[in-house]
Amino acid sequence: MLHIKCPHCGLRSQNEFSYGGDATVKRPELNKEVSDQDWDNFVYLRKSPRGKHLELWQHISGCRQWIKVERDTLTHEIFKTLKANEEV
Amino acid sequence: MQKYSVFSLIKNALKGHKDWEVAWKDPTPKEEYDVIIIGGGGHGLATAYYLAKEHKITNVAIIEKGWIGGGNVGRNTTIIRSNYMHDENGLFSEFGMNLWRNMSQELNFNVMFSPRGIINLAHSDAQMNVFSRRGNSMRLNGIDAVLLQREDVKKLIPMADFSENVRFPIFGGLMQPSAGTARHDAVAWGYARQADSMGVDIIQNCEVKGFDISNGKILGIRTSKGNIKAKKIGLCVAGSTNILAEKLNITLPIETHLLQACVSEPIKPILNNVVTFGAGHFYCSQSDKGEMVMGGDLDGYNSYSQRGNLPTLQHVLTEGIAMFPFLSKLKMLRTWGGIMDMSMDGSPIIDKTHIKGLYLNCGWCYGGFKATPASGWTFAHTIAQDRPHELNAGYSLNRFSTGHLLDEKGLGTKTWIS
Repeated sequence: MLHIKCPHCGLRSQNEFSYGGDATVKRPELNKEVSDQDWDNFVYLRKSPRGKHLELWQHISGCRQWIKVERDTLTHEIFKTLKANEEV
Repeated sequence: MQKYSVFSLIKNALKGHKDWEVAWKDPTPKEEYDVIIIGGGGHGLATAYYLAKEHKITNVAIIEKGWIGGGNVGRNTTIIRSNYMHDENGLFSEFGMNLWRNMSQELNFNVMFSPRGIINLAHSDAQMNVFSRRGNSMRLNGIDAVLLQREDVKKLIPMADFSENVRFPIFGGLMQPSAGTARHDAVAWGYARQADSMGVDIIQNCEVKGFDISNGKILGIRTSKGNIKAKKIGLCVAGSTNILAEKLNITLPIETHLLQACVSEPIKPILNNVVTFGAGHFYCSQSDKGEMVMGGDLDGYNSYSQRGNLPTLQHVLTEGIAMFPFLSKLKMLRTWGGIMDMSMDGSPIIDKTHIKGLYLNCGWCYGGFKATPASGWTFAHTIAQDRPHELNAGYSLNRFSTGHLLDEKGLGTKTWIS
């Protein structure tokens, strides 16, 4: 069982959260020309590192806020959690 | 190579089993090979076997970080099927079914292929419609499919929950009678033994540390046992694909996720088929030893840990008990996990890359075991001929950017809910 510290609610068990994937992926800017390669990178390509991974989770059975979690994908150690609009 | 038969078994039994030859050697790496396959799992071993058998390329090495058969080929739930709707997946898998049917004879190794049939349960009228569509697509591709009504399912698996007032009543199901199971370890060992006998070097406990590339062409690999040159290199490393891709400076449409499986204590024969729950993600069969072999959802977040987490197991087994209530009485014998190369459309990649001489075989999600022979056969062709076979032409790396996705389930890029 992972224990994730929601920045809004405190330490809660994994069951209250829903996973949202890689948080380092940035959508190409709106209303600008986007190359096929940039769109491909955004939609499909993932680094999926073994080790530190910054990812999105939603506290779906709690405050319902999206948060960022920095977690080790090999050991599952959680280094830090952030509000969705905060940078590491 | 010594032939395995009932006579050789009796002969060696009488001699106290002292004269068996080793099934494969333990060579030191040569300086150079025509082809190096990275990854000594089912797909890597099958690729080396078909390179030697179909293309007469025998100066081949398999480089394995751990031991052969220690990864996903020894961790799966042994299910073999070709019940796909899309032509690319259906034709590829059905080609594989023909290889499965002759595998024990071809490899002179009993892989215990057991075509006991797979039943996908449906729990609504809408699901029955979807299944009849998929069944028709399968039959158009020459794959056997039978649409079962509730009463048909009841005859086949009377132990399932057919009571009134259940949350997900069984409306019927889609069956592929020719699907089944095989003994997964034997598949790895059988391919390894034959590949070895044709001259392939199987090099275990050898980690790939990096690649030598010059002018966009692959020259060799750097390993924990020294540098090895090669004209061509094929990657067959499933959940470790992204780790090697990083060393190659490539980003792929793949994420690595963890999938768990488990077996119960052995019980008397009760279940003849492979059965999947249609209102969630749970599948079950009974091994020849009597254990109920079960699996379901991914753990749900990127993971390389090769061991699972209990909340997912609880979730999966809750579905199992909804389908087969008797499972709640059984003790769990073992649980384990494997790391899956989850592609962004749920279908694999078998293709060349932009680096000359480097070939890619990945993205099997959790359907890799059944694909072992077809994957090895087509990957060997792709490497030997330097172009994909028509069977794996749809499994191209650039299909994501060109929009030719093969999304069998229509789930999009959320790999963790696949």
